[in-house]
Amino acid sequence: MFYREAGDFKTSYAEDSQTFPIKFDRYRYYAVLVIAFAVVPFVINDYWVNAVFLPFLIYAIAAIGLNILTGYCGQVSLGTGGFMAVGAYACYKLMTSFPEVSILIHVILAGGITAGVGVLFGLPSLRIKGFYLAVATLAAQFFLVWLFNRVPWFYNYSASGQISAPERTVLGVPVTGAETAPWAAYLVCLLFVTASALVARNLTRGMAGRKWMAIRDMDIAAEIIGVDPLKAKLSAFAVSSFFIGIAGALFFSVYLGAVEVGEAFGINKSFLVLFMVIIGGLGSIFGSFAGAAFLVLLPVFLKNLLVGGLGWPTDLAAHLEFIIVGALIIVFLVAEPHGLAQLWRVAKEKLRLWPFPH
Amino acid sequence: MRKTLMTAALGAMMAAGPALADLVVVDTSYRTGPYAANGIPFSDGYQDYFTLINERDGGVGGEKIKVIECETGYNTEKGVECYEATKGEGALLYQPLSTGITYQLIPKATSDGISLHTMGYGRTSAKNGAVFKNVFNYPANYWDGASHAITHILNENGGDISGRKIALVYHNSAYGKEPIRTLEELSKKHGFELMLLPVDHPGQEQKSQWLQIRREKPDNVIMWGWGVMNQVAIQEAVNIRFPMDQFIGIWWSGSENDVKSAGAKANGYKALTFHNLGSDYPLYDDMAKYVVEAGKAAGAGDQVGSVLYNRGMYAAMLAVEAMRTAQEIAGTSAINAAQMRDGMEALEITEAKMAGLGLPGFGPEFKVSCENHGGDGMGAVSQWNAEKGEFELITDYYQSDQEVINALVAEDSASYAAENGIEPSCN
Repeated sequence: MFYREAGDFKTSYAEDSQTFPIKFDRYRYYAVLVIAFAVVPFVINDYWVNAVFLPFLIYAIAAIGLNILTGYCGQVSLGTGGFMAVGAYACYKLMTSFPEVSILIHVILAGGITAGVGVLFGLPSLRIKGFYLAVATLAAQFFLVWLFNRVPWFYNYSASGQISAPERTVLGVPVTGAETAPWAAYLVCLLFVTASALVARNLTRGMAGRKWMAIRDMDIAAEIIGVDPLKAKLSAFAVSSFFIGIAGALFFSVYLGAVEVGEAFGINKSFLVLFMVIIGGLGSIFGSFAGAAFLVLLPVFLKNLLVGGLGWPTDLAAHLEFIIVGALIIVFLVAEPHGLAQLWRVAKEKLRLWPFPH
Repeated sequence: MRKTLMTAALGAMMAAGPALADLVVVDTSYRTGPYAANGIPFSDGYQDYFTLINERDGGVGGEKIKVIECETGYNTEKGVECYEATKGEGALLYQPLSTGITYQLIPKATSDGISLHTMGYGRTSAKNGAVFKNVFNYPANYWDGASHAITHILNENGGDISGRKIALVYHNSAYGKEPIRTLEELSKKHGFELMLLPVDHPGQEQKSQWLQIRREKPDNVIMWGWGVMNQVAIQEAVNIRFPMDQFIGIWWSGSENDVKSAGAKANGYKALTFHNLGSDYPLYDDMAKYVVEAGKAAGAGDQVGSVLYNRGMYAAMLAVEAMRTAQEIAGTSAINAAQMRDGMEALEITEAKMAGLGLPGFGPEFKVSCENHGGDGMGAVSQWNAEKGEFELITDYYQSDQEVINALVAEDSASYAAENGIEPSCN
C-alpha cells in the first residue's frame, strides 16, 4: 500500500538509479539516520555503548570490508583478524608518534596502511583461488599476529606487550581513553560507519563494483570482456583492507582502549567476521549490518535473558549460548542460504504487493 | 530483527533490576573455555567464603554481601561487557582473575572510582598506590614470583647460579610477559643465562618449545602458564624426561588439575604460592557445615580444599577484611566504593586476625599503605606429591629481592603516570 514504486515519478537518471528507489524506504533511511545521530546519543549510557553499540558499529565496518572482498569479488579471506591488527597497531603508532594530529586522521591513515598491507597479501590471489586462497590469507593472519607479538617496536617496547590508547580529543571532547563520554565514542564510530557504508554502497554499484562482481561470477569471462583481473582483485583487496583497518583502529582505540594482539585479533576474529558476512548475506551492504547485529547482539541478549532474567548459572548460560547461536546459524543457512539480506529482499517484494498479493 | 532484539534485551535488563542495599562484589569468572579448569575452583572458593560470611555471620557488619557472577571465558571483550553491566549496581570490588581484563579495567575503574584487587596477577607496578589509586595487588605480584623462583634456585645451588641456563616458558600475552623484565635484571645480577620460550594462546601446542628445551638442556625451567597450557607443559616435560624438581611454575601453574593428568611422573614438580595449602583449618569445619552441607556451595561443590579454591577463598577473605576496615573508618556499615578503596588501603593482616578467622598461618602478614599496594612480597615453594595427590609446602615464606623489584616498580609506574598525565601523590 505504502511500499511501492507507483506514483513516485523519477525525472532524471540520477533519481532513477538511487540507492533507495522507493519513497518509503528513503524516508525510513533518513529516519534511521536522524534517530542514530540526533536521538540515540542523548539516551545511551555506558553499558549500551560498550556492550552493544560500539561492537555492533565496529564489526559492521569490518563486515562491510570483508563483504567487498568475499561477497562482491569472490575472494575468500581468513585474514580479517590480522588486517584488523594492522589497523590497530598502525593507529597506535600514529597516535603515539604524532599526538598533535587528530585521531580521526590517524584512523583513516591506519585504514590506508592496512590497505597497503592487504594489497601485499592479495598478490597471491592472482594465481590461486578458492580454498587455496583461503589458506594463503590464513598465513597472513598468523604472520601478522606473530609479527606484532615479536617485534617490540610495534608496541613501543612496553613490558607487557600490550598497546593502550592514550587520551585523544576531537573538538576538545575526549574520544579515546578512560574519560570518554559514551555518546562521544558512539558518535565517532557512527560517523565512520555511515561514511564507510556510503562509500562502499556507491563503489559496489559503480564501475569498480561491476568489475569485482564480474570477477566473482567468472574470472575468465570477465577477462575476455576486458576486466583486468590484476587491477580488479588488488583494488578489492585494497578497499576491503581499508575498511577492515578502520574497524581495527576503532576497535582498539575507541572500544577496548588496550589490546593484546593474540587475544583481540586472533583467528577467532577472522571467523567471526566471516560468519557475519555469510549470515548477513554475501554481496550486500545491508547484510553486513544484519550479520554484525546478529552475532553481536544475540550473545548479549541471551546472556541478559538467561542469567539476568531467569537467574541461571553463568556457565550453563555460556554453554547454552554456544548451542543456540550455533543452531541458529545452521537453521538460517539451511532455511535461507543467502543470509538475512535475502530475507529482507523477499520481505520487500512481498510488501510491494501487500495487502493484495493477487 | 535488530529492534526486537534490543527491546527484548532491554526488557531482560529491566527484569534484573539492581538492589543497591547490599555490599556488591563482582566475580568475573570463567567456567567455560580453555582456562575453565583453573577458573572454576577459584570462583567456587571466592563465592563460598562470601556465602559462609552471609550464612554464619549474617554478612559483614550486618550488611549482606551480594555476589554477582558473570562469565568471561577469559575474554577481554566479555570482561568489559561484564564490567559495564555490573558497575551500575553499586559494585565495590572487582577481582578480574585475568591480566588482560585487568589492563582494560585499570583506567576505567580508576575513572569510576571502583577498586580492583588483582591478587598475584595484573599490572605489577600497581604496587605503587601513589599512581594506581584504585588498584591493589597484595599480597604478592609477578615480579615477586620471578624473584622467588630465582631465589629458590639460588638456595638449591649454594648461592651461586652464574653460568646456569634458565628457561622461561610463558603464555605469550601480557600475563606471560610480565616477569621477563625482572628475570633479565636478575640474570644480570646473578649471572645466569635466560632463555625465553613463548607459547601462544591457548597453549595446547608446545611440541616445538619442549623440543628446544631438550636440545638446549637448560638447567631449570620456570613456567608462566594458565589453563590448559599448564597441563600440556607438564606432560611435555614428563615426555622429554626433564627433571621435575628443576621445573618451577608460578602460583597460577600449580594446582592439582595441572599435574594430575601427567600421572605419577609429575611427582616433584614445584610451584610457588603466597598462601597455605590443604584444608586442615578450623574454618573448613564451618565451611562444611554452613555452605557445603547446606547445599549452598558454588559450582559443583567438589573443589573444597584444592589449591585454587583456597586461593579464591583467600581473596574473598582479604575482601571481607577490607570491608570491615572500611566500615570502621567510615563509621557506617553501608559503605560505598570510595570508602571500600580507603578500607583496602588501610588493610592490615596479622597472625592474630587470621587465627581469629579460623585460618591460622594461612598467609603472610602484611600491611597496605598508599605507597605500597602490593604487600611485602612474601612467597613460598610447594612441591607436588603424586602419591598423596597434594601439593606440600617445602620452604618457609621468604621475601623477594626488594632492591631489584622496587626499582622496577618505580620505573614502570612513573612511565605509566607520565603516559596518562597522573600526578603521583599520597594525600
